[in-house]
Amino acid sequence: MHRYTWKSAVQELGLIVLAVAFLVPLYALVNVAFKPRGSQTSALELDLPPTLENLVAAWQQGALGAAIANSFIVAVLSVLGVVVLAAFASYPLARTARGWSRLTFYGFLAGLLIPSQLGLLPLYTTMRDLELLGSLWSLILINIGSQLPFSIFLYTTFLRELPLDYEEAALVDGCGPGRTFVSVVFPLLRAVTGTIVVLNSVGVWNEFFTPLLYLSGSGNTTAPVAIYNFVGQYVSQWPLVFAALVITAIPILALYFALQKHIIKGFAGGLKG
Amino acid sequence: MQLGGSVLGLDEAQRVAVPGEADRGPTRGSVRRARRPAGLRAPWWFVVPAAAMYLFVVVVPSLRGAVYSFTDWNGMSAEWDFVGIANFVEVVTDRRALAALRNTVVLAAVVTIVQNVIGLLLALALNSVFRSRFVLRVVFFAPVVLTPLVSGYIWSYLLAPRGAVNQALISLGLEGWTRDWLGDPATALYAICLSIIWQFSGYSMVIFLAGLQAIPEDVLEAATIDGAGAWRRFWNVVLPLLNGAVVINLMLSLIGGLKQFDQVMAMTGGGPGIATETISTTIYKNAFSSGEYPVSIALAVVMTMVIAILATIQYRLTLRKAD
Repeated sequence: MHRYTWKSAVQELGLIVLAVAFLVPLYALVNVAFKPRGSQTSALELDLPPTLENLVAAWQQGALGAAIANSFIVAVLSVLGVVVLAAFASYPLARTARGWSRLTFYGFLAGLLIPSQLGLLPLYTTMRDLELLGSLWSLILINIGSQLPFSIFLYTTFLRELPLDYEEAALVDGCGPGRTFVSVVFPLLRAVTGTIVVLNSVGVWNEFFTPLLYLSGSGNTTAPVAIYNFVGQYVSQWPLVFAALVITAIPILALYFALQKHIIKGFAGGLKG
Repeated sequence: MQLGGSVLGLDEAQRVAVPGEADRGPTRGSVRRARRPAGLRAPWWFVVPAAAMYLFVVVVPSLRGAVYSFTDWNGMSAEWDFVGIANFVEVVTDRRALAALRNTVVLAAVVTIVQNVIGLLLALALNSVFRSRFVLRVVFFAPVVLTPLVSGYIWSYLLAPRGAVNQALISLGLEGWTRDWLGDPATALYAICLSIIWQFSGYSMVIFLAGLQAIPEDVLEAATIDGAGAWRRFWNVVLPLLNGAVVINLMLSLIGGLKQFDQVMAMTGGGPGIATETISTTIYKNAFSSGEYPVSIALAVVMTMVIAILATIQYRLTLRKAD
């Protein structure tokens, strides 16, 4: 069952062929971005020599630098907010067995089933009344609020498994509850925090619907919205469009290949709770 | 994408928790409570900032949305009247809204089934002695981190009339099969499914792999000794033990499919005609034309109910299987 035989070798070869086929769209993405404009060759053929003109033009015309910077700010502040609020909230939810705590926990869990579309339009009018339309703050607030349920769920289930010994030791040493949580409990939650950071960073970075709605008409964009506008403007100039896609995709793909073990673990982490 | 882990994850987490707890002694829970010093307290107000944010962003707007679905509120005015179920009647009679409902359900069903079958097969193949399994896992997972829009644009390029897919068909001698995949109402929705499945099969695979790796070796060996072949081992031993992963995966892909917006906007924008309009694209488009506002809120309510019903069914099924 666990020996590597000729049969396994053939199966493995088949799987490698499949993996190569799986990579074709990514290869096409990069390949087309380096083709000269007006190239008539197929997506899979190399046009030699490759040209950088599309990348340069896309960077200049698409205002991609500002968009990526915005995406970065929104991602960092949203993830920071989610981690802090969710971790603090989970502590009493996990450690108190009384009725209100259970009720609050299920209240947060209900958020997992509510599609954001339901509250979308009322929330939009609230943001309008607060004059937050077009501002990155509207995105950050929405990201934090909507990602809280899952993060609280992960933190709380993990915390319930955590023995009380550390907290008792801290109490004996004279730590108050706030201090105990920040310097004793929170560091013990490292694994969950990793999962939450990975899932939320990827989710927020790729989010398209919310920034499209909330930033429309303002000068601000995030990376996905900038791509969407750019494609709308340069339809069917594929090398230029793909150059813009490559510029926004490369940072996240590079990060993925560098940290793949942690990122895959983060995505699978939801399973183990 | 976070949604799914939720309901079912709860179940899974509790199940995983049990053996660990048993190892540390059966009375751990009661001992903990008895031994607990009076000063050890998690302040209740720690939950306040999160609760306030959650109420502001999720709870209050959703409740308002639910109420407005029974009114003629146009999104702007301060005044509105209750109109009973008129908006819901319009959802099931309006051609556009009905098409959006139908497309969303078809897309969610196709994606859920195909993506999970592929994800499971990949996970089974990679949970093996293959030397390249770690590299292959990285390859199959790579599209998951891409922006869904990017995946959508790549596939609209590959599926264009003179794109790589049609060229490949021609070179295989299948000229009759070539078509304008995204321009043909009969295929556009499935072309979008293809892009989604390509992007997220690796996600399903990773969750199935985590489930497979949690299955103890000796259980499989026992089944083999008892004379179970590979097929029976899979159906009678592996699959029941994968229950948690199956449920999480089904929920993730189903909810993701029901909310689908990005790839549709990238590939067809809802067209040709209304052939690929989904609930989310309809809500987005109606948000800017106030006449349709009440109907799109009613659509969102319908969507919430569909998700809640599916989640309840799923949860019941898991509970029954676990017993």
